[in-house]
Amino acid sequence: MQDLNKRVSALEELLKNKNLIDDKTFPDYEKIVTEDWVPNNGARLVAKAWLDPTFKEFLLADGKAAASSFGFGMPEHHGSLVVKENTDQIHNVICCTLCSCTAFSIIGMAPGWYKDLDYRSRLVREARSVLGEMGLKLSDHLKIRVWDTTADTRYMIMPLRPSYTEGWTEHELAKIITKESLIGIARLEEPYTTYDFNRIKSGV
Amino acid sequence: MDGFHDLGGRQGFGQITVEGKKEPFHADWEIKINAISGKLVARHIYNMDEYRYAIERMDPRHYVGASYYERTFTAVATLCIEKGLITHDELNAAVGEYVPISHGKKVGRVTPNNLPELKIGDTVVVKSDFVPGHIRMPSYIRGKKGVIVGVSPEYPFPDAAAHGLTSNKQRTFDVRFRSADLWSDGADDAEVHVGVFHAYLEKAE
Repeated sequence: MQDLNKRVSALEELLKNKNLIDDKTFPDYEKIVTEDWVPNNGARLVAKAWLDPTFKEFLLADGKAAASSFGFGMPEHHGSLVVKENTDQIHNVICCTLCSCTAFSIIGMAPGWYKDLDYRSRLVREARSVLGEMGLKLSDHLKIRVWDTTADTRYMIMPLRPSYTEGWTEHELAKIITKESLIGIARLEEPYTTYDFNRIKSGV
Repeated sequence: MDGFHDLGGRQGFGQITVEGKKEPFHADWEIKINAISGKLVARHIYNMDEYRYAIERMDPRHYVGASYYERTFTAVATLCIEKGLITHDELNAAVGEYVPISHGKKVGRVTPNNLPELKIGDTVVVKSDFVPGHIRMPSYIRGKKGVIVGVSPEYPFPDAAAHGLTSNKQRTFDVRFRSADLWSDGADDAEVHVGVFHAYLEKAE
């Protein structure tokens, strides 16, 4: 294992000496990735869409504008946000075979497994098997749609609203919408949910 | 370039491990190199296409053994050297050992004239383009037929932008392929969608 810590520190010092970065570069970025670019952003958009058909239409038609209406920005090179809706017939899932592209300001930074060579190589060709290995054993009747993020379009999956959430508030709904469900390697409804929803609902 | 990074459909890889890999970062230096790269992009030292191309130019033996953020580091170091911000010797001396960087650039290309008129619902074929430089077309769709299901706004053409060339922007199209058309010898049944730049497409006869 190379000492990457040492290499990055050395590069950091060289660039600081050239005034290209400064002492705030690291803490400022760390704050953004831990506090601003979080999957709760996407979760809030989906929860709102579940409750408000007009907003859902807006989110599906122009994800970037809908996200912006919540104050969620996207980097310049993320040209658009395309939201794909999971139904009881369709399952959507995202990957990036070329590297790691994701709508990170909306669904959070890409997890480690998403960037691994195994997921990148296999999902497009063996979607049902890969999802099954990852714990999502889809019923045969569900059609699978894979979205390979190879241009400046970014994707987010809108999970199917589970029936056990009848009467829940937007805030309560947002709490069960995980990063995994926004990428599409998990579904929230029964029988796929892995959550004890009574416990989540009561906030215990 | 048909590089090692172009992994879609490549066989021989194993089970995906989620446990222990749910988080985006696992060490401070990983966050730090992303922070540095973000700052250099914001300062227009390099663009995201140059960044991607710098990762793709890593020697395949280095690429496959490197962690994700080692690839990030290698791209940032390579671009800092190529842009003349630092020298490779300077970096080696600061680290105290030889630091491997990416191979050199090849030739890029600009947007061709007379792109075909395309719209949602059109059947298209991905051109059989083989280019020495950067291209953002996964090779598993090369020569394949699909249907346009989405259109996105115009972006800089990566084959030009990654090489610092000025070129017309172009739209990208979400194209739907059937997995059986991509890998007739065997694939799980699915519809596979790829974001494809306009210049990579032609209308099917």
